[in-house]
Amino acid sequence: MLKRRWSAKRLKEAAIEKCIYLSGITSIVLVALIFIFLAKEGFAIFRTIGFGDFLLGSSWYPISTPAKFGILPLMAGSLLVTLGATLIAVPIGIASAVYISEVASGKIKEILKSGIELLAAIPSVVLGFIGMMTLVPWVKSTFHIPTGLTAFSGAVMLAFMATPTIVSIAEDALNAVPRRYKEAALALGSTRWQAIWRVVLPAASSGIVAAVMLGIGRVIGETMAVMMITGNAARIPDSIFQPVRTLTATIAAEMGETVRGSDHYFALFAIGIVLFIITFFINLIADLAVHHKAK
Amino acid sequence: MRKFQWFIVVILSVLGASSGLATGNSIQIKGSDTMVNLGQAWAEAYMGKHPDAFVAVTGGGSGTGIAALLSGTCDIAESSRSIKKEEINQAKAKGITPTEFIVGLDGLAVVVNPANPVSQLTIDQLADIFAGKIKNWKEVGGRDLSIVLLSREVNSGTHVYFKEHVLRKGDAKSTVEFAPEALLMSSSQAIADEISQNTGAIGYYGMGYVNQTQKAVAVAKDNAGPYYTPTLDNVVSGQYYISRPLIFYTNGQPQGALKDIIDFVFSPEGQQIVKDTDFVPVK
Repeated sequence: MLKRRWSAKRLKEAAIEKCIYLSGITSIVLVALIFIFLAKEGFAIFRTIGFGDFLLGSSWYPISTPAKFGILPLMAGSLLVTLGATLIAVPIGIASAVYISEVASGKIKEILKSGIELLAAIPSVVLGFIGMMTLVPWVKSTFHIPTGLTAFSGAVMLAFMATPTIVSIAEDALNAVPRRYKEAALALGSTRWQAIWRVVLPAASSGIVAAVMLGIGRVIGETMAVMMITGNAARIPDSIFQPVRTLTATIAAEMGETVRGSDHYFALFAIGIVLFIITFFINLIADLAVHHKAK
Repeated sequence: MRKFQWFIVVILSVLGASSGLATGNSIQIKGSDTMVNLGQAWAEAYMGKHPDAFVAVTGGGSGTGIAALLSGTCDIAESSRSIKKEEINQAKAKGITPTEFIVGLDGLAVVVNPANPVSQLTIDQLADIFAGKIKNWKEVGGRDLSIVLLSREVNSGTHVYFKEHVLRKGDAKSTVEFAPEALLMSSSQAIADEISQNTGAIGYYGMGYVNQTQKAVAVAKDNAGPYYTPTLDNVVSGQYYISRPLIFYTNGQPQGALKDIIDFVFSPEGQQIVKDTDFVPVK
């Protein structure tokens, strides 16, 4: 009897193990399939235009004859918006994480944590709409520029979306730093600030880098809000106060029009490949940062 | 086991209900953003007369509508541009015959903020403004203020029409493009909203969208004038230069309920609705 129960337990364990193994394999296979699909549809564009002309061409006129498929302005738009959002979100995000994990106590900590999680739950289209109604007119009148639909508005709005990701992951990283590090620093006579700045933050640095990278990943993939408030002008911007068009917004705005199997259709998939590669590298860096810590 | 039976019953009834809908009088109309309000008005009037019929109207742009017709997800595609050669080829490959009905006309209004002193422009000036050659309002008799260009997205028939007939002045060989600085807006409403709060902006859309918070400029073919505003009379007489047909595409000659609704659109009542939604009737 005892033996049988034991083997049933073992069987269950083995089954669970197999399930986990299977779901892990499935997700890898799915990612591979997605990439194969993207590649199959996207690489067709390179039969019409060269790889260099696609990546470095500076005009995007997909439906003209002859059509121009240069995504440099779109990449410039995506990078500018992402850079702006990162510059805003990273200091705020890390500072909030430090405050929540090291300074705030009890009730305030709980309120802040759930508040930030709530912020992450707001759909981006809602944030985009709020941005259109409040942020865009404000940017226009404050900076005296022709229109408020700019990369800057997009960056501010995206910072809102990246901050919760950065805060919650950075906070986990800070919490994972053994208490004795901080206690030792305090015992040696450092102030609380010195302990946080010189000991806790460096100890959690790899986790914080991962948090920042995941935040950037969220920003670069964001579509709806940027489409609504960055103005969608496909030109290479020379200031952050100009309208830009991002890679994601281009796909979203134009996929309705494309004739299946046309160059335009393939070009949108090729943009998908570029985005996939960018996010892949961001995730890779985040992953390397995490493993660096494990060693 | 009981639970399982219950589940089957639910599934079957859902399937039954949905197949009932599909074989009933449900008609899907999809496409041109310019025509979505017009289509909605027709649908409401038609459903008022035929309580058993159900007509659903969605926008998304002319290209979206035609794509939906080709993939069989709508019965009528609304379009503010003619169907393209590639689209016809694609339709043929799928055994679909797009059939065209011109259901109305639209004057394409060029709009600015009411506070903008500029109230008339020639086609040449418009072409230069939207191609980015004229960058400041003072070059066309306005204030010293930079011009903010607003355009529709490339999935819009209005975008294509404006480029072909204003920027390129109907010349098929021309390669003039919208200036890369032009802001591509996702809907006519988005352009209207931006125009009403931006004194430097200029945009274009179907005349049905113009209200008191925007000003439609009068347009002339050349410097000699005369200048015409996009009104019903000027579009009917052909004096307002930037006008275009509004089109329904169906798959083959419409039958049954579909024919019924197209007959309604061409009836005096249907054409009155065209007029009521600020477009121009064809009959």
